[in-house]
Amino acid sequence: MNTLFGEKKANAGKRVFKSVEEYPEVPITLGTTLSNFTGDWRTFIPVVDESKCIKCYICWKFCPEPSIYIKEDGYVAVDYDYCKGCGICANECPTKAISMVREEK
Amino acid sequence: MPKKVVSGNYAAAYAAKHARVEVVAAYPITPQTSIIEKIAEFIANGEVENLQYVSVESEHSAMAACIGASATGARTFTATSAQGLALMHEMLHWAAGARLPVVMVDVNRAMAPPWSVWDDQTDSLAQRDTGWLQFYAENNQEVYDGVLMAFKIGEHEKVNLPVMVIESAFILSHTYDVVDMPSQEEIDDFLPPRKPLYTLTDFENPFSVGALGTPADYYEFRYRIEKAMENARKIIKEVGKEFGERFGRDYSRMIELYRTEDAEIVFMGMGSLMGTVKEAIDVLRNEGYKVGAAKVRWFRPFPKEELYELAKNVEGIAVLDRNFSFGQEGILFNEAKGVLYNTDANPVMKNYIVGLGGRDLTVNDVRVIAKNMKEIIEKKELDREIEWYHLKR
Repeated sequence: MNTLFGEKKANAGKRVFKSVEEYPEVPITLGTTLSNFTGDWRTFIPVVDESKCIKCYICWKFCPEPSIYIKEDGYVAVDYDYCKGCGICANECPTKAISMVREEK
Repeated sequence: MPKKVVSGNYAAAYAAKHARVEVVAAYPITPQTSIIEKIAEFIANGEVENLQYVSVESEHSAMAACIGASATGARTFTATSAQGLALMHEMLHWAAGARLPVVMVDVNRAMAPPWSVWDDQTDSLAQRDTGWLQFYAENNQEVYDGVLMAFKIGEHEKVNLPVMVIESAFILSHTYDVVDMPSQEEIDDFLPPRKPLYTLTDFENPFSVGALGTPADYYEFRYRIEKAMENARKIIKEVGKEFGERFGRDYSRMIELYRTEDAEIVFMGMGSLMGTVKEAIDVLRNEGYKVGAAKVRWFRPFPKEELYELAKNVEGIAVLDRNFSFGQEGILFNEAKGVLYNTDANPVMKNYIVGLGGRDLTVNDVRVIAKNMKEIIEKKELDREIEWYHLKR
C-alpha cells in the first residue's frame, strides 16, 4: 500500500516527490488535510484571552474549518495550521475574548 | 450458450447485470431510458443481489454519485445520451482524473439545436479529451461484449480509467437482434470482482480523493493518465483476445478489418454505420471494386499502429464521419490524418460527412462514394477534401 498512509501531522507535508515514478498511481493522499495545511492563506489570526472566556464554545460551533479545539482545561485554542483567519469566532464571541491580530511571519 | 433477442439498450442492461455491478446511478434521457428501466426491472424482480440504484436529479449528479461509489471500490455503471452527456462533462474529467473505472454506455444522439434524438457521434466525440476510453459498438452483440470488456479493461491495475461504450441511437438502442449471452458462471470466471488500488472504506488508511494539486505535482498526474492510456492499448488487445478464446468473438484488434487483404480503397468509420458499409463491400466486390472496411472499435486510446499498418497497403481511405468539428473537418478524419503525417504511409484521404442527426447511409450511398474514390485515385487528383455527402443541392 501507499507509503504515505499513516504519516503523522508533525512530518507530513514535507515529502517531495523527485521523479514521476515516486508519485502514487492514483492522485490521492497528496492533499490529505494532514499534509495540506490551509492556514497560511490568512492575514489575521484569532487570539484567545482566557481571562474573558466563559467556555460557552460558540466559537467552536461556528468555526467553519473547524480549527478551534477544546483543551483539557476546558478553554479553547486555535489550530493555526488550518485557521484561515476568517474572524467568525471573534465576531460571535459574546464576551469578546477573541481578538483578530495581524499576523507577523 | 443462451441467446436472447434484445434491443441494444437491453443488451447493455443485461451486460451490466451479468458483470455484477454494485452501484448504478442514472437519469433517464431518450434514447437511453430503456437501459435504466431494464436495470430497475431487474431490481424490482429481485433478479440481482447487491445492486444499489441511486436516484438522482440530473446527469451531473449521476456521474458524481458514480464517482463516489467507484472511490469506495464498488463496480459502477451508468448510461446517458447527448445533452445528458454534455451535462456530465465536468464530472467526466473528475472520474478520469481520479482514475476511477466507471463504465458508462452512451447512446449516441445528435446535439441540439435543432432538437434531435437521432444518431450522431458528436456527443461522445466531444468528450474525447476527458481521459475516458471509448469503444464504439457496431451491433447489439458488440454493445453486450463491449460492456463486459470495459469493466475488465478499465479495472485493470495498469489502466484504472473510466470506459465509455457507445451505441447508435435507435439504430441499435431500440432495434432487436440476437445476442449471444454466456452463462453467469462463464462471465464470473472472465470478470472476477473488482480489486481497487485504494478504497475510501479502508478506514485504517485514510486519504482524500480529488484534493488540491499544486503546479509542483499536477503535471506528473497528467502524465500518469497518459501512461495508463498507453498501457490500455496492450490490455485492450489482451482482454479482447481472451474474450475471443472464451466466447468465440475476437476483439484483439482495435481496428476491425473486413476484406482489406487486397483492397485499394478502404472505408473507415465507427459504430453502426460500418454494418451497412460491410454489406456494401460485399456488393461492391461482386461489381469488381477492390474495397474493404476498417472499423475503428476503440477511438481512445487511438489505434495508431494498426492504422499505420493499414494505410501502408492501400491507395485511398474514405473516412466516413457521423460527426463534424466545426471550423475544421470530421473528427475521425482529423485524427487519422494526424497519425499518418510523420510516416511513410501516404494514401489519398477523403472525408465524407454522412448521417448526421440520424440520416440513413444506404448501400447505394457507399457505392456512390466508392465510385468517387476510384475516380480520385485514377485521376490522382482530390476533388475536395471534405464532402457533405447528403447535402440537398
